[in-house]
Amino acid sequence: MKFVGVTSCPTGIAHTYMAAEGLEQAARAAGHEIEVETQGSAGFEPLSPETIAAADAVIFAADVPVRDRARFAGKPLVEAGVKKAISDGPGLIAKAVATAEEAQADPGAFAASHAASPARGGGGLASKVDSSAPVGTRIRQWLMTGVSYMIPFVAAGGILIALSFMVAQLAGGKNGAIVVTKLYSLTGPPVPNPTHIVNIVTDFNPTDGMQWAALLFLVGGAAFGFLVPILSGFIAFAIADRPGLAPGIVGGFIASTIGTGFLGGIATGFIGGFAALWISRWSVPKGVRGIMPVVVIPLLSTIITGAALLLILGRPLKAVSNGLTSWLTGLTGSNLIILGVILGLMMGFDLGGPVNKVAYTFATTGLVAAGTSTDAPALKIMAAVMAAGMIPPLGMALATTMRPKLFSEPERENGRAAWLLGASFISEGAIPFAAADPWRVIVSSMSGSAVAGGLVMLFGNTLRAPHGGIWVTPLIGSPLLYLLAIAIGTMVTAAVVVALKTAGPGPVKTDLDLDVEVATV
Amino acid sequence: MSLITEHLVVLNLDSPDRHAATRVLAQALADEGRVTDLDGFLADVRKREEQMPTGLPGGIGIPHARSAYVTEPSLVFGRAPDGIDWGAEDGPATLIFLIAAPEGGGEDHLKILANLARRLMRTEFRNSLMNAPDATTVVDVVTREVVNP
Repeated sequence: MKFVGVTSCPTGIAHTYMAAEGLEQAARAAGHEIEVETQGSAGFEPLSPETIAAADAVIFAADVPVRDRARFAGKPLVEAGVKKAISDGPGLIAKAVATAEEAQADPGAFAASHAASPARGGGGLASKVDSSAPVGTRIRQWLMTGVSYMIPFVAAGGILIALSFMVAQLAGGKNGAIVVTKLYSLTGPPVPNPTHIVNIVTDFNPTDGMQWAALLFLVGGAAFGFLVPILSGFIAFAIADRPGLAPGIVGGFIASTIGTGFLGGIATGFIGGFAALWISRWSVPKGVRGIMPVVVIPLLSTIITGAALLLILGRPLKAVSNGLTSWLTGLTGSNLIILGVILGLMMGFDLGGPVNKVAYTFATTGLVAAGTSTDAPALKIMAAVMAAGMIPPLGMALATTMRPKLFSEPERENGRAAWLLGASFISEGAIPFAAADPWRVIVSSMSGSAVAGGLVMLFGNTLRAPHGGIWVTPLIGSPLLYLLAIAIGTMVTAAVVVALKTAGPGPVKTDLDLDVEVATV
Repeated sequence: MSLITEHLVVLNLDSPDRHAATRVLAQALADEGRVTDLDGFLADVRKREEQMPTGLPGGIGIPHARSAYVTEPSLVFGRAPDGIDWGAEDGPATLIFLIAAPEGGGEDHLKILANLARRLMRTEFRNSLMNAPDATTVVDVVTREVVNP
């Protein structure tokens, strides 16, 4: 017969391999074939799907949970502790033979008894987390798993929004990039409708370029709505496997709705993941066990995560955001260069999170108040805030180009899109980098954004548009100096992140591929 | 650097219990500078030992840990002619292998330790260590079988 086995133990340096050897010796002695996957600390080479498919039975000799268990779903299975394989390999092999024969003799009964038990594991979704790695490495692998699933959403949403700005400028002139963000909607229009908002669903006019731009903008915005939920959900997935998805995604969605940005999403990912993991380890009576994965774990872990976020994080977050706003308002009228640096620090800190939002709202509110004045400080503040918000993705893009070896493959891919996202003032383009390695990336993005914010104030650039990046260049005062400030800020961010990453550990080694593999059994 | 040296072989181990024996073997690592904090390392080994004793059938004990106090992957071999209870069901252990791995060890080193663990399951390997006349022979056997197989 043909068997496959998986061995694993807490330390991952001794019993895992002794058990593998024990199983191999016993199988050989009894005239069977076996391939064993050793999930130890030397990493593991996964059994090929063909090998698993060809096996008559599966043997788990494991004291810690088997990784990616779902690969073996539906196969006749013998489970034992790792010591059993060391002390009594022949016994386990004999048991595997018996189990395989039983399944072959009555495949119908076997399939029925297994269909009822929900498959554990990820159902083909990949998360390469090495359960025996040191805590620091595992945290980075959890973050990286979340990041790699988030990247397609960043790329799709960011590029669509950037394209929308380009089309809007062609179709709507120099104010096109502003109009496209304001006058179109997927619902509504509101009653009364003083600004003439157009409903893209009911009133789409294919001959109007602006409406095409708005379509791109709204779809891109929808993709961006998933950034934080997906990040959070797949961090939780990496921690707890499939049970982590519901609390992680729901927690991330609430984080996104109440405006905590990606840092809140990382928090909900961890809370949701560990809540699900904790509950899945309860020992419960047999009758309850069947409804654990479908009812109990999702229900409890989701309410724990959601309540933790709303009740514990919500209020201080609101307080911080209010405090920062009134502090910024108090600063108006003081030295503009210092204000530019402060706004830059805030824009670079959480990339669309609460601090960033305070700075951005401060600038756009000022813009409304400035009315038609051509030289109000509010116009300079808006210019500084936009430049600062463009720096993080541009800096990361430059850093991945300069020193690709410091970044993982998904990060390098994201670096290419980050050029366009940064140029379009989509700070979210830097979130994948920041979520994977928070403090190094945040420190570097704050440095470059602060420099750019200060320089814009020094150069006295003005801006009347609330968004748009380089696509609103015609609306910027002294555009060449403005681009110079952005270039310098970009270089500062890239230099700082390269320096910090060179001094620290290298990228997390993951060969995460996002292909959703079809389960082979 | 090498997995084991003659200083890491103790041929007449006669400690009263497995914790005392582990201390004797770990002391050899500390003397060689492979363990920076003897008590810290022993605490790590003990933590693993308390999850489940590492004694195995056939008179083997494999106390082991991945520990921040370990500077390079090392093996200390101890032979206890009178046997020391290591928690195995079939009797005391006469061959003790103290395996020390650094916390963030590189993959190559961990592969050597994986080789070692696999060899421990082979009767010929155990026998040649059981019958080795001196420390040099032990080092030769381990090097031949584990480091350069």
